[in-house]
Amino acid sequence: MTRYEITPLLQPLLKNRLPQFIIQAIALGGFVFAIIAGLVGTPVGNHNFSIVFVWIGWWALLMLIAVPLFGRAWCSVCPIPLAGEWMQHGALLKPGGKGFGLNLRWHNKFRNIWLQNISFALVALFSAVVLTQPNITSIVLIAFLFVAFAASLIFERRAFCRYLCPVGGFIGLYSQVAPIEVRVKDSAVCAAHTEKSCYIGNAEGYGCPWQVYPGGLSKNTYCGTCMECLRTCPHDNVAIQIRPLGDDLLKPHGRKLDEAFKAFIMLGSAMTYSAVMLGSWGQLKAAAYAVGTSAWALYAITFLVFIFGALPASFFIATSFNRKSFINFAYALIPLGLLAWIAFSLSFVFANASYLLPAISDPFGWGWNLFGTVNFKWTPFLTQVTPTLQVAALIIGLAWSSQVAIQIGEQIKARAQGVIAFCFVITLGMLWLLVG
Amino acid sequence: MAARWLKAENGARLFVIGILVGIPLAILIGRWITSRDSSIEIHARIAEAGGFTPANLIAKVGEPIRLRLISDDVQHGFAIGQSDTPALDLPAGQMVETTLTFDRAGKYVFYCTRWCGLSHWRMRGTIEVTGEPAAQASAVSPLYLKLNIDVDDPHPAKNIPSRKPVAKSINNIPISFLTREYYLTHSPSDAFVETLHATSLPDDEIWNLVAFVWQANTTKEKLAQGQKLYAQNCAACHGESGKGDGVMAASLTKKDSSAQMEFGHNTKSPVDFTDSSQMLGASPALLQGKIIRGGMGTGMPYWGPIFTEEQTWALVDYLWTFQFEYVMHFRQLER
Repeated sequence: MTRYEITPLLQPLLKNRLPQFIIQAIALGGFVFAIIAGLVGTPVGNHNFSIVFVWIGWWALLMLIAVPLFGRAWCSVCPIPLAGEWMQHGALLKPGGKGFGLNLRWHNKFRNIWLQNISFALVALFSAVVLTQPNITSIVLIAFLFVAFAASLIFERRAFCRYLCPVGGFIGLYSQVAPIEVRVKDSAVCAAHTEKSCYIGNAEGYGCPWQVYPGGLSKNTYCGTCMECLRTCPHDNVAIQIRPLGDDLLKPHGRKLDEAFKAFIMLGSAMTYSAVMLGSWGQLKAAAYAVGTSAWALYAITFLVFIFGALPASFFIATSFNRKSFINFAYALIPLGLLAWIAFSLSFVFANASYLLPAISDPFGWGWNLFGTVNFKWTPFLTQVTPTLQVAALIIGLAWSSQVAIQIGEQIKARAQGVIAFCFVITLGMLWLLVG
Repeated sequence: MAARWLKAENGARLFVIGILVGIPLAILIGRWITSRDSSIEIHARIAEAGGFTPANLIAKVGEPIRLRLISDDVQHGFAIGQSDTPALDLPAGQMVETTLTFDRAGKYVFYCTRWCGLSHWRMRGTIEVTGEPAAQASAVSPLYLKLNIDVDDPHPAKNIPSRKPVAKSINNIPISFLTREYYLTHSPSDAFVETLHATSLPDDEIWNLVAFVWQANTTKEKLAQGQKLYAQNCAACHGESGKGDGVMAASLTKKDSSAQMEFGHNTKSPVDFTDSSQMLGASPALLQGKIIRGGMGTGMPYWGPIFTEEQTWALVDYLWTFQFEYVMHFRQLER
């Protein structure tokens, strides 16, 4: 397939780690600011910087732009691992410092994304309060920082990002769709290069923090686009390339059950979030918010059964009770899942984007007016076109997933009709929840 | 080479430390600067979450106090009881500033003006104003106290009309009915019985006459004022239609509901103002007492510190419209 290498244009920018570091440090500042705002600012979510900037601003950038177009671009500037890596490397920039930590190897048994599946589901169980209560958002962000820091001190490389981060898990899944990739130009060069500095590291950079051997990289899923391999490769054999959308989905090797389940978890969560946050079922909404009550426990159990049981079981039926078909065809759900999340995000991002202006002027709800925008009234944008965009997104998702299902069916010599029917039902469900 | 690395690395470290330390420091300084003035920050939360905090303020006569009001949950309101100062809306998460100056000493009540929750009426606070001149002592005690009315006594109507009476005059109205004092101190049922003994009119016409007398003791303006007060303060429990079916009513009657836990005793369903068997047995003075003092053991709040006397009577006047059909172009009787 055609690929366009854009490395020559970006190489000076990407090899120099300063721009990336500055963005990461500024993001860390925003992160710290959001944590403080959540803890000491107004408990009213739509007037607190933490809720408005994390769950409207950051989420919009992530789901509508970063993931679909740039894959794991967010991971390359995410501030969460910064402090831990500083300790681990003994440096913030180039290698040269004396780091400390146990540097333990991640256990083989957990070298998959099951823990990320569980961590995402855990956060999702509390999502109704996490997304609306600033102090809870702060606690979650602090927990991320703490676990990432501890993981860096105990394990080698970016164990948190690779195996634990609830966000990183789904970004990785959907980055397979993105039209951009980091790959080696000539695998023969890598094969002949015995030092494997891209994995081991050298004076120019660190060995792949994501524990991936770039020479064998064929999918975006676990490439954090950190650009270390670009820096460490002595042969300039690493390239950033523009490629067709969804290219990784058709690569038959490396399809695994943990990733298949990620697809169900994400699809089921998009549906559940749409029902809870956008639906008109007061009791469901109340149950999702009433953490710790029996109503919430029932909601939590139903949610877990839905994402880990009902959806996979239905898909197992749709794939004729065949384990191989189940795993392979699950990758066909990735485009629909991503577009379902985009459709869900569209419903509140534009409607609530106007909260950004007052929140930037008065981030804590203390009566400040830093930029003169505190009195900007809530103004929903693009409400006329949002349903059309949502319908379009879901139809594109259905068509795309169906096409991928047919192609995967040809690869594994299996019928794709059941999968297409499954996607059709999911699309109808999302249409009903969002615009029905 | 190592020196160059160290220089860049130290710069980066300083940058990160600067961010980690600088941001909290900047926030602290910002907070300190904005809280240096003498204004009082009051946080408003639904009563179950604490109401107004602080709820008890101190001020001096003639010295302005600046309040910074912040709602921490839902939309609230802020007003000073028994005053003409317009109520302020407190949108959730936004700060609203106001300055109050009191020209008389005394204890003032401030309260929430928005139906923010089941215990909305408990969102109250006080401002103790000291200095000279002292507050005007209430010239007269409320009428229900002067009449020694027991607000909690049952007051069933002796008679009730077969249909809603329409205010209608007759030629020879008994003169005793036409005084303001008569209206305030008698129930419509009393008036009916007395008229029944004095005239030979059919029951329906007597009730129309009673409605006429009650109508004659109010004005369109008072009714409009009473209607507004009712909508703002009473309708949530008693309902727009007066039938006791407001949005909060169900919570008051549900056994072991949060409302009952909140009140610490059994609450009762709100009074149905369309129920003639009870309403027509109450005098305006009795209704005044119920509004001022509230209903003991029922969940009905007390409005004494909130409404002026004029407002209370306007509200009483409006309550009769649930029983009587007033003709709007009526001729007002001489008072």
